[in-house]
Amino acid sequence: MCVAVPAEVIEIKENEALVNFGGVKKTVNINLVDDLKIGDYVLLHAGCAMQKVDKEEAEKTLEIFRLLSEND
Amino acid sequence: MKYVKEFRNPSLVKNMIKKIGSDVEREITIMEVCGTHTMSIFKSGIRDLIPSNIKLISGPGCPVCVTSQAYIDTAIELTKRDDVIITTFGDMLKVPGNNSSLQNEKALGRDIRMVYSPLDSLKIAKENPDREVIFLAVGFETTAPAIALSIKIASEENIKNYSILQSIKTMPETMKQLVLDEDIKIDGFLCPGHVSTVIGAKPYEFLANEFEVPAVIAGFESGDIAIGLYTLIEMIKNNTNEVKNVYSRFVKYEGSEKAISSIYEIFEESDAVWRGLGNISGTGLKLKQKYDSFNAETKLGINLLNDKPIKGCICGDILKGKKNPLQCKLFSKVCNPLNPIGACMVSEEGTCAAYYKYKNIG
Repeated sequence: MCVAVPAEVIEIKENEALVNFGGVKKTVNINLVDDLKIGDYVLLHAGCAMQKVDKEEAEKTLEIFRLLSEND
Repeated sequence: MKYVKEFRNPSLVKNMIKKIGSDVEREITIMEVCGTHTMSIFKSGIRDLIPSNIKLISGPGCPVCVTSQAYIDTAIELTKRDDVIITTFGDMLKVPGNNSSLQNEKALGRDIRMVYSPLDSLKIAKENPDREVIFLAVGFETTAPAIALSIKIASEENIKNYSILQSIKTMPETMKQLVLDEDIKIDGFLCPGHVSTVIGAKPYEFLANEFEVPAVIAGFESGDIAIGLYTLIEMIKNNTNEVKNVYSRFVKYEGSEKAISSIYEIFEESDAVWRGLGNISGTGLKLKQKYDSFNAETKLGINLLNDKPIKGCICGDILKGKKNPLQCKLFSKVCNPLNPIGACMVSEEGTCAAYYKYKNIG
């Protein structure tokens, strides 16, 4: 039931958005997410965008990933 | 794909995995409480690559798996009514009831429709005004906002032939039950990632503060899981009891205010019956009195049938992390994805399905 892959927002129409995840396009409800813009990435669940990606936080996690995986 | 590939970087993941538990001698048991984590852990091979004293056990995080037998049997019974259309997530179709499954009933011509979203059920209700469209409302905090939204829209648009057979469950209190179970002995939790996008990190804090069980919220790529396990084991090693969030690109401390308020506008806390865990107070969501006209049970005057567990199936113990699928006599030979006997074999997120798919048993 859960889709763990973030989808890119490509069109916004009132309370719905067209999103693309790995080439699959789907219209989803966006009532639960504020200030959505084209180019944002969202996590989907049961036909609704649940949360949009925080790009800065994604970078921070990647940085931790790089640091922690360095050879001692 | 962006935000996927970089978190799967094979050389980084490989290095990271080498560090997981490398300096720990005692046995550590970590429970992942999310079906998607279970699948990712198997898919990435992490379980076999970390030291054998780090035990990863799967918890009750697959929504279909934890749905009670009584609920499944009631849903199957409802399909026999000509005035009813059942709408459901695809995962529910194959779950065996005591005498049939929704898939069997569909093959017999009953009107059962698979939907991607509860909102799709509203469209079906509008197209079929003479029949009652009942959505099988199962799931956790992640699914609850979409179901709540469907009720809100149905109420605003005065759609009178839509209702739900409710069995929505919530996680944190359930995790407490697992901590209190002396047979399981959990040293740390990998929190349910999707649920956390809705509820945030805060609701798990009591596990660390009151029960001294640390927890980490992690994403679903192999790198996310590796970071999550490393962070959790560091805390266990150092006796640090906190909730750490390494999935901050999607999970905020307070969660999603909009999603939470949409849930509690329509629903209120209730008891819930979990397969294997029984009735747990404060782990369910039921429609508020104001929205009870969307409750299929009151609307159609039905009561859930009695729970009749399936003989020989140990899904209950598997959902609590007490046993693994290889300890089940039915596993693989009798119960497999083509002929699932228990719910844990049905869902893509089920522990038995994960063992079957990734342990090459079949």
